[in-house]
Amino acid sequence: MAFIAKMNSMPTLDASVRSKNFKEVALGYSANVAIEEAKRCLNCKNKPCVTGCPANIDIPGFISHVKNNDFDKAFEVISQSSCLPAVCGRVCPQESQCESKCTMGVKFEPVGIGRLERFVADYHNSKDSDNEQKAKQVQPNGIKIAIIGSGPSGLSCAGDLVREGFEVSIYEALHLPGGVLSYGIPEFRLPKRIIRKEVDALISQGVKLKTNVVIGKTLDIDDLFEMGYKAIYVSTGAGLPKFMNIPGESLKGVYSANEFLTRVNLMKAYKEGSFTPISTGEKTVVVGGGNVAIDAARCAIRLGSKVTVVYRRTEKELPARLEEIEHAKEEGIEFMFLTNPIEIKSDENGFVDSIVCRQMKLSEPDESGRARPVEVAGSEFEIKTHSVIMALGTSPNPLIRKTTKGIKFNMHGGIVVDDNGKTSREGIYAGGDAVTGSATVISALGAGKRAAKAIMESLTK
Amino acid sequence: MKILIEYFYCQKVSGLRGRRMYRIVAKEELNSSVTKIVVEAPLVARKAEPGQFIILRVDDDGERIPLTIADYDREKGTVTIIFQIVGATTNILNQKQVGESIKDFVGPLGKEAETNGYKNVCIVGGGVGCAIALPIAKKFHELGAKVTSIVGFRSKDIVILEEDFKKCSDKLFVLTDDGTYGTKGNVTAPLKDCLDQGEKFDLVITIGPLIMMKFVVLTCKPYGVPVTVSMNPIMIDGTGMCGGCRLTLLQDGERVTKFACVDGPDFNGYEIDFDEAMSRGRMYQEQDRHANTGSCNLFSADKDNKSER
Repeated sequence: MAFIAKMNSMPTLDASVRSKNFKEVALGYSANVAIEEAKRCLNCKNKPCVTGCPANIDIPGFISHVKNNDFDKAFEVISQSSCLPAVCGRVCPQESQCESKCTMGVKFEPVGIGRLERFVADYHNSKDSDNEQKAKQVQPNGIKIAIIGSGPSGLSCAGDLVREGFEVSIYEALHLPGGVLSYGIPEFRLPKRIIRKEVDALISQGVKLKTNVVIGKTLDIDDLFEMGYKAIYVSTGAGLPKFMNIPGESLKGVYSANEFLTRVNLMKAYKEGSFTPISTGEKTVVVGGGNVAIDAARCAIRLGSKVTVVYRRTEKELPARLEEIEHAKEEGIEFMFLTNPIEIKSDENGFVDSIVCRQMKLSEPDESGRARPVEVAGSEFEIKTHSVIMALGTSPNPLIRKTTKGIKFNMHGGIVVDDNGKTSREGIYAGGDAVTGSATVISALGAGKRAAKAIMESLTK
Repeated sequence: MKILIEYFYCQKVSGLRGRRMYRIVAKEELNSSVTKIVVEAPLVARKAEPGQFIILRVDDDGERIPLTIADYDREKGTVTIIFQIVGATTNILNQKQVGESIKDFVGPLGKEAETNGYKNVCIVGGGVGCAIALPIAKKFHELGAKVTSIVGFRSKDIVILEEDFKKCSDKLFVLTDDGTYGTKGNVTAPLKDCLDQGEKFDLVITIGPLIMMKFVVLTCKPYGVPVTVSMNPIMIDGTGMCGGCRLTLLQDGERVTKFACVDGPDFNGYEIDFDEAMSRGRMYQEQDRHANTGSCNLFSADKDNKSER
């Protein structure tokens, strides 16, 4: 058999069209292309790709069903390990996870595992599958579990528990479920209907969703135990935005990426009829190089702004997914590397007028293993801009920490857990960004699954 | 607790439309631009304390706005909010009638006002800020502190809650900017008089427009009286996530960023950078004005220079 060296490319909306709307950029494989791509899989006996997946999806297993044109079976295989395939197929950094371990990738391009996962999930979602879901009702065991936060980690934990008959309630502080999938990741990368579909599937299996409840304020952990919950899974995410602490960060027109993305994604500020205002002006500078920075930049360009991303290291160190960076460039976003802001200057009305940056150069690697950027003396220069978006990462949300006794936290504010997601307090488990600080959707999902397993074991013994 | 659980509504599949909402059980127009509504929200009522706030969204596509809790009834499960009609969202909220519902209503958020251990306090409220000052004055009164209330309004037709303040104050000063009611002048005048006459307040709490609070702080400064200010900046989530509500505090010569939603809303008045807060408060003024006039011509632009309280 001849090897096909290259991964089948992903059809996308044309850059000049998509940079003016919020429609999904990557259009997905057709069935024929999916089968072609699946045929590239060597079906290795030792399954290296599975070790690269935080949710341990049986990747060769589902791909072999795609190969045989049996997409339903393929979906079944995936859903044994993941309740969010349509999400993960879109937002996972596959190139550094499953696909990085692919045997094909040693000599050629790896199999497009993420693209196939997305195809299978979309195929499943395009069918009217409600009845099928309901057919798989399990005997309820009457044990109540509370999950705090409806992001990927909470949803995956809920999914695994409800399938075993637990009575699961998810508490969500915002008015919509999904956590970072709803407020953070933009529509053009992850359409909101997909989250809705995944959440609906959970609800139809019996998960109760309670929005507008802030645990730590409306109710606290002790209330939940009093209400009869036998275990609590804390998946409150990393919602606390970081700032640089440079002069001018409080000027009008300076946003945290969280605020900017929340206005755009959750509150639909870009839409006619939304009451939530957003304003970028003609020019926006985004500070940072992660996926969140790229998301913010791509939202800003869609709002009609010219966008420059400034990053203090080089292109090589950009932590964002390669595909997103490429898409961003195609859409006309400019990157300035080895550039670090030192001050934001204001106009006479207190709005942003410019950002002053300094040139950087890379020196020896720091503790994270990345080359440490150092400032080049006397290299200051000014960029005229109307908005500045700070996308410097986030820390775990402090609300639970401030209101709950008996849980240990690390110096970064993350909850301390063992390998099974168990915290220092009996009956309380935690996972996702609330433990690790900002990480990926799939690792949050994996943590939710591990905690679900530990909860099952401790309560059904 | 059992009853509370029943209050929860479990969302139906795709059923954001059929969701339990927060019903308005009473409504009263306090003056032409200030309205009081009582909302069914038992979980919020159960934990609410003076000084805390809620975030509401009137309907789909609505923005999330913070409003301070003016009163609560734990037994009836209701929360009272008093709001000034200043923008598009407060306009729409004001159009809701008794029996109708608000889409989202979440809280209580922020820290409660510190009321324990004080013996002689002065509450300085301005405009609709008085609505927020009232529960704090009540709480001090209940705890046995001596309460001096100074409330100021632009003019006679917008004076609110005078009777309520009388009930919980040992001394009450009512002022209007134009002298059409009470004493003519600013709230800082009677405050200064009290301090000059040797009144030993162990705390002054001020709630109202930023400019008023700034001058209350300046008035108290020479006397060394502690001042607490209640901030109400623009915010979205109210849980420390967006950072839109950030304020700068000057602590020991350092500029420190705080989030009003989780670190506040009450702050040490001597530490707040008021000029910055005032500037940030005007961030969306233009857009809001346009939204306002665009959606409904009944509410013309004459109310827009006031802050939400």
